[in-house]
Amino acid sequence: MKPGTKLKSATCDSEVMIIRCGKGQIECGGAAMTAEKSAEVGSPSEDHAGGTLMGKRYVDADGTYELLCVKSGKGSLSVDGVALSIKDAKPLPASD
Amino acid sequence: MNIALFLEMAADAAPDRIGLVCDGRRWSYGELIAGARGAAELIRTTGCEHVALLDESSEAAIFALFGAALAGVPYCPLNYRLANADLAGLLDRIAPALVIGDAARSERLYSGNTSLSRADFVAQALALGNTPIDGDDGEGIAIQLFTSGTTAAPKAAILRHSNLVSYILGTVEFASADEGDAALMSVPPYHIAGISALMSSIYAQRRILMLPAFAPEAWLDLASAERATNAFVVPTMLSRIIECIDAGHACDVSSLRAMAYGGGKMPLELISRALDLFPSTGFTNAYGLTETSSTVALLGPDDHRIAKSSADPKVKARLASVGQPLPSIELEIRDDEGRVLGPNESGEIFVRGDQVSGEYKEKSALTDDGWFPTRDAGYLDADGYLFLSGRADDVIVRGGENMSPGEIEDVLLTHPAIADAAAVGVACSEWGESVGVAVVVREGHEAPAAAELKELIRARLRSSRVPDTVLFAASLPYNEMGKLLRREIKLLFAA
Repeated sequence: MKPGTKLKSATCDSEVMIIRCGKGQIECGGAAMTAEKSAEVGSPSEDHAGGTLMGKRYVDADGTYELLCVKSGKGSLSVDGVALSIKDAKPLPASD
Repeated sequence: MNIALFLEMAADAAPDRIGLVCDGRRWSYGELIAGARGAAELIRTTGCEHVALLDESSEAAIFALFGAALAGVPYCPLNYRLANADLAGLLDRIAPALVIGDAARSERLYSGNTSLSRADFVAQALALGNTPIDGDDGEGIAIQLFTSGTTAAPKAAILRHSNLVSYILGTVEFASADEGDAALMSVPPYHIAGISALMSSIYAQRRILMLPAFAPEAWLDLASAERATNAFVVPTMLSRIIECIDAGHACDVSSLRAMAYGGGKMPLELISRALDLFPSTGFTNAYGLTETSSTVALLGPDDHRIAKSSADPKVKARLASVGQPLPSIELEIRDDEGRVLGPNESGEIFVRGDQVSGEYKEKSALTDDGWFPTRDAGYLDADGYLFLSGRADDVIVRGGENMSPGEIEDVLLTHPAIADAAAVGVACSEWGESVGVAVVVREGHEAPAAAELKELIRARLRSSRVPDTVLFAASLPYNEMGKLLRREIKLLFAA
């Protein structure tokens, strides 16, 4: 896995692009995300069904992982079972 | 990473939304991504190593920028105002290239590239259909921009996809624009602000109102007709827009919620006047460089209003600052020995962050630990507001255009009656700086008329290089190392 890699959910429509990452397992809806869309898409597990929002960045607590959601879906993102949260971005005035 | 992602996401989320208005034609985001994908196929079939734009802004700039990105080929917009000899040199440096725009001029100046007119490029890109393609996802070069050339040869600054993606994600919230939001773009396509404006507006899903060639009347007419909510201008444009309003040009710019400016020093009287004239518009001063993917510091709308109405001289002074560094970058002031300076101490501005490339085709200018020396001089005040005190080099910045004193001096020295010459920037409310030249007449020669020297420069360079003032001096000041003391020469013009 390297920055720029796109991953697809095995449980919903979610797609993410990796901005930064470590060596852990990136998951959506409780199942590992893969570069190729799996033939059979399941459904998110109950604990990981919060959904993703297109354009939001998702991070872990210590900032090792940052994922950009490029397609929304019903599953939520996690790494090795630990949920990621939306990166809190202070809005900036348009400068160009 | 690939900057084409911005247009893909915008088109995925709202394919029918209008993304561009140019020359009376409206383009949906769906049409724009189709054009970019077709352009990518076209670019791949030519086998070119650069995609150059030799043209004013149009839909072709969007097709070429994102088409080149998808094809994994650097996009290299060229300054169509360059003199033929300089342009020919750049066309040679980017060969083999696909040159879009003024195909006739491109072919005449250099034969080693493939050239297409704007109309042909757009038609062929649209005809090639709309098949999604996987873009280059590595550490590829997205953009190569030739700097205006502070030394003899322009440097090829390189911005990677990762730099630009980092800049946009760090400064723009996806789809944050309301349906009616429209951004008026009048900066030429070969300027970093012209490129970053495209990416920012598309990622925010604003409607881009493209003004191919700036004229104040046209700017006001387009802003009024399309109810522009955002705009970016260089200070000279703002000055001319205000003059035009003062002259009674009919307009309604009440929709203008946000106006950003940058690219040159904003005269204090001009921004004060603008704040009075547009009381409900939020002004943002953006400071950035090509090598930093555009903005690294900004003075926001609240800062402007607070500074303008403050009685505290320290707060009031901030109207002349470029604000605070972006949260996503680091910024330091250093002295000549590389020591980091404290508040109110002037030195060279260094920046570091993912958006900072600091890279040229020839070599990287980054320090070992990733800092980019901007060659701009300045200081931070106690609250972290950045003040610029000029270029560390002696570049003259006239109306947002950087020019090297050397090229003007070189031309003056070709005159048989001129023994020595120096060009400096002279403070000027219309252009920020205008060109002043001091010349020494060769012994035994008659002093040439100022008009003759101006004509010499107009003929050899460009009209922007023509000095407003010509001074005749007995000699020019040099230090003991033989270095010309430009600061002292500037004083001659202030007197």
